[in-house]
Amino acid sequence: MAPTLPRDPLTPLTRPPDTGARLFVRTVIARAYPRVIGQQREKAWIFFETFLPFLAMVGYVFVYRAMRAPEDYIGFVVMGGAMTAFWMNVMWSMSAQLYWEKETGNLALYIMAPNSLTAVLLGMALGGLFATILRALVILVLGAWLFSIPFAVSSFAQLFAVFGLTMVALYGLGMLLASLFLLFGREAWQVVTTLQEPIYFVSGFYFPVRSFGFALSLVVSLLPLTLGLDAMRQLVFKSGPTLGFLPVSTEIWLLVGLCVLFLAAAKIWLDKMERKAVEEGTLTDRRR
Amino acid sequence: MLAMLRRSFLPAAWLGWQVESNWTDPLLFIGFSILKPIASVLILVFMYKAVSQAGTNDPIYAYIYLGNTFYIYVGAVMAGASYSILDDRERYRTLKYLYIAPISIPLYLFGRAMARFITGSLAVVITLGAGVLFFGVPVDLARANWPLFFAALALGIVCLAFMGLIIGGWTMTIRNEPWFIGDGVAAALYLFSGAIFPLTLLPAWLQPIGFALPMTYWLELLRRALLGPGAAAFPSLAGFSNGQLFALLGGITLVFAALSTFAFRYFERRARELGLIDAVSNF
Repeated sequence: MAPTLPRDPLTPLTRPPDTGARLFVRTVIARAYPRVIGQQREKAWIFFETFLPFLAMVGYVFVYRAMRAPEDYIGFVVMGGAMTAFWMNVMWSMSAQLYWEKETGNLALYIMAPNSLTAVLLGMALGGLFATILRALVILVLGAWLFSIPFAVSSFAQLFAVFGLTMVALYGLGMLLASLFLLFGREAWQVVTTLQEPIYFVSGFYFPVRSFGFALSLVVSLLPLTLGLDAMRQLVFKSGPTLGFLPVSTEIWLLVGLCVLFLAAAKIWLDKMERKAVEEGTLTDRRR
Repeated sequence: MLAMLRRSFLPAAWLGWQVESNWTDPLLFIGFSILKPIASVLILVFMYKAVSQAGTNDPIYAYIYLGNTFYIYVGAVMAGASYSILDDRERYRTLKYLYIAPISIPLYLFGRAMARFITGSLAVVITLGAGVLFFGVPVDLARANWPLFFAALALGIVCLAFMGLIIGGWTMTIRNEPWFIGDGVAAALYLFSGAIFPLTLLPAWLQPIGFALPMTYWLELLRRALLGPGAAAFPSLAGFSNGQLFALLGGITLVFAALSTFAFRYFERRARELGLIDAVSNF
């Protein structure tokens, strides 16, 4: 029997390169992988991404206690505190991500590679979503345990539907923002930092959004977390329906609309950015 | 000493101002400077409006509003020192050049803190003004105790600068994920310093942390200066006179001054030993 010779490194691989849907799926998995596995290896990252929203949440719980608010409001804060983890993830690890990639020189590689930028962002979103769900759950469970939150879920099916739709719309918004952030230079950092509190405010993370009045509540409902949080509170707390903005079924349909809107806008804008990168050759220039 | 001050503090303050402000045009810079603090205080205003029937005359309302407003300085001056180190080390990669220049690094950091104090003051003044004009915060500017206010403000800022030196030095010794230190410390102190709720609401075993923090006394003095005797409506510090609060704040500031001198030297030596003065984490 003839001995097996080592493969000549210059001989091309027999398996053809991935294309089409297979390439898309493999890109999604490849980009999600570091989000799920890599982030779990960064213990400090896990700790602070859970610890900081948790501290803020505890602060707001004590504010309501100082105001002698009804107990359900404490629950509102705990739920809002858990959801801040998603917004932080979308802003820092989605929206600003392509900007960071530009800064570190990876963006050029993304654009040169045969895979789609949409697949890269989708992988980022799915990986980030999975890692963030774990953190949000820790905040929620700890908050509920520490402050004895009285949950009274009226429909689990609707609750899961609202959560799922909110996440799809939110990460769609993140994908859209990621492409928009490519237009930014040094101000990207400032924008992400500055937008944090205003979004917590207009999305009603710590109080019922209907406090804004109908017209303003409708405007801020363009942010998926506003409707998502409002609907989830209505489904989870006894006094939720009396403090809600719109009926849950209406909010679900509005969330479906937001999912379509943000995903379509993200796809259109990303394609535009990729074209711009090729035509002008300046998008990956970190001095801009 | 004066020459060192001229070489380290003043250029750092100017540089800090440029870093903070020249990334956009002045109008947008002012907008961004006030957006975050205004939103942060509006969260509390709407929380209050959602549950309270008492209107803005309830002492807790002014307590929360003013505490949150002046806490802006903690983020700017103290946590800002951590960001100054990281900006210079990782973003602009100039920290190594600063270390071979004939300057004093602590004075340089104080200079950067001064720039953040100025941008923070902009946010504080606008937030306070909005509170008085639009959100019913019962501050009577004509009857405020301004000498007490400015004396307490100055002493508190000096204390925050010393605390910032410790945080900045600590940041230098961390290779991975150093970005969270400033935010983490500021968030923890927000909870324990009675900024937005009286310390007595904390579990009894956590309250001593609050009483050991300078911000607790500093914020109380600022509230008393602006609100008069009505500010002392909560039991946590009601038993202390203004003079006692001032003495406590002064004492803690001295402790932090001494502590920051030793801590910064220690952290700096550690960063040199670990080769972290020019480290880049890529985070």
